[in-house]
Amino acid sequence: MEALFAAVTGFLAASGLYLALRGRTFPVVVGLTLLSYAVNLFLFSTGGLTTDGAAVIQQGVSHYADPLPQALVLTAIVIGFAMTAFSVILAMRVRGDLGSDQVNDQRAEESREDKS
Amino acid sequence: MQHLIVLPILLPLLSGLAMLAKRDASVLPRRAIGMISTGLLVVVGMLLVAQSAGGQITYYALGDWQPPFGIILVLDRLSALMVCLTSFLALGSLAYACAGDDMKGSNFHGLFQLQLMGVNGAFLTGDIFNLFVFFEILLIASYSLLMHGGGKERTQAGFHYVALNLAGSAMFLIALGVLYGTTGTLNMADMSLKVAELDPNRLGLLKAGAFMLLVVFGLKAAILPLYFWLPRAYSNAPAPVAALFAIMTKVGVYAILRVYTLIFGGKAGELADFVQPWLWWFALATLALGGVGVLSARDLRSQVTYLLLISVGTLLVGVSMNREAPIAALLYYMIHTTLVSGGLFLLADAIGEQRGKASARIVPGRGVTQPALLGLFYCVGAVTVVGLPPLSGAIGKALLLESALPDEQPWLWSILLLSSLAGLVAMSRSGSTVFWKAGRRDSEGPRLKAMMLTGLILLLGASPILSILAGPITEFTRASAVQLLNHGAYVEAILPHNVAGGGP
Repeated sequence: MEALFAAVTGFLAASGLYLALRGRTFPVVVGLTLLSYAVNLFLFSTGGLTTDGAAVIQQGVSHYADPLPQALVLTAIVIGFAMTAFSVILAMRVRGDLGSDQVNDQRAEESREDKS
Repeated sequence: MQHLIVLPILLPLLSGLAMLAKRDASVLPRRAIGMISTGLLVVVGMLLVAQSAGGQITYYALGDWQPPFGIILVLDRLSALMVCLTSFLALGSLAYACAGDDMKGSNFHGLFQLQLMGVNGAFLTGDIFNLFVFFEILLIASYSLLMHGGGKERTQAGFHYVALNLAGSAMFLIALGVLYGTTGTLNMADMSLKVAELDPNRLGLLKAGAFMLLVVFGLKAAILPLYFWLPRAYSNAPAPVAALFAIMTKVGVYAILRVYTLIFGGKAGELADFVQPWLWWFALATLALGGVGVLSARDLRSQVTYLLLISVGTLLVGVSMNREAPIAALLYYMIHTTLVSGGLFLLADAIGEQRGKASARIVPGRGVTQPALLGLFYCVGAVTVVGLPPLSGAIGKALLLESALPDEQPWLWSILLLSSLAGLVAMSRSGSTVFWKAGRRDSEGPRLKAMMLTGLILLLGASPILSILAGPITEFTRASAVQLLNHGAYVEAILPHNVAGGGP
């Protein structure tokens, strides 16, 4: 299970990183989202991987999963979700304001050169 | 008095929420709420400084969950100082914003308060995951504040800023996951105990996590290879927001100072003080490049951002020396540089507004409407930011230079003094271009509004006051440095039962 989990996390992170380095805003947003999924999976595994473990202490149960990473992941998911929504809107606004979906738009660079 | 520690977080949260509730009401009540809330924060900040001045470290257990299990807020001299500094800076920039900048977009005041909440929380928290949460709060507020008012360049700079910081947050989480996985705790005091007695097989993992944290904090503080986002973001931000952002790089510096003296400090066994030698070279390089950048700037605003970079380099050099005297010096310098760079951002905006088409660019153009007043502010700002006596910049830099050991002196003295010289050359050039090479001035042009003047006086006027009160303030910063390096006292204050035996 560990090998599969690690491979999935690594693949997600690699894809996210690749997309985040692209030149257009949409792949960048998708890349950052994938990266945050990879991070969430990674955080989830930091307490050790257990199956069928109880998260809340009960009598007669000896097999537990660490509940803290689950709480951390929940926080990270909420923040990540809000940030995805925000960056999608922002990417659309970049498209509207600059007339281009390039992250480093040449036209904006030129107008700045003219001004200074 | 017991609940005083949580007020710097609750007060801006409540007033921020109150302002978000009625969004289309007139702007006056929101200005009033914002100013009152920030004014109260200054009072709370001063009370906290007074409470911490005695030297005891107090913590506030939220929901009465005791450490190391619950989330705690910790008040020591350093965090009290930072909260007080933040609220004072915020008061100055908010006053300036009330002159009209807050009307250029929606929700300025609400976001401003939420930003303050994030900054104050980051300074007060004693839990490293909570540090992440407060970083996110201050970042999310800053994303929107940065684009307040809109415009092409602001949008593009904003997208870069957001993308970079999202990547930074992902890295922060990975680092936290590694730290939690190896030490099994998130409380910073508890973690510092666990780090010291760690299984040697896991040291490599922990070290990787610690370095990743350094990258994240370095991104916020804008150390050399990670600073490229800063000049564009800050010089495109609206002036009061840029002034408030002067504290944001200091949040990064504070986090480095806190984490690498507490968790990976002198008592951390194998990993004791391992990060400081790295930091030393990066900080010096930042200083040198800041000096080059300040000479190359063609706009007053971007000139101030490079001066900010010089100050970040100076602060981190102090952090990397990791002794009482340099840390005491850097804390004094931190108060000075935060307020003065904030003031200079406001001043650059005020000058730009009065020069019409030439704006804040460093080219001969129309004269400013009020040359005597703005010239005086510029003179005070330039003298103190460059570090000429008698104002506070000189005191801070002299204290730092004096605290260097003989083998550190050649590097520190030459680079710090050269970058100050670069600052001096750049400031005199831009000052003479803007004020003396000015053409006919328009006596009917826009003048400083009362609130703008208040903001400028609060921030730039702080410099002479800082040099008059240099005695008591350096005493306080020295005591803070002693407290910061006294690892045992911090842990004992938070985990009185755990010092001897480790975890339960």
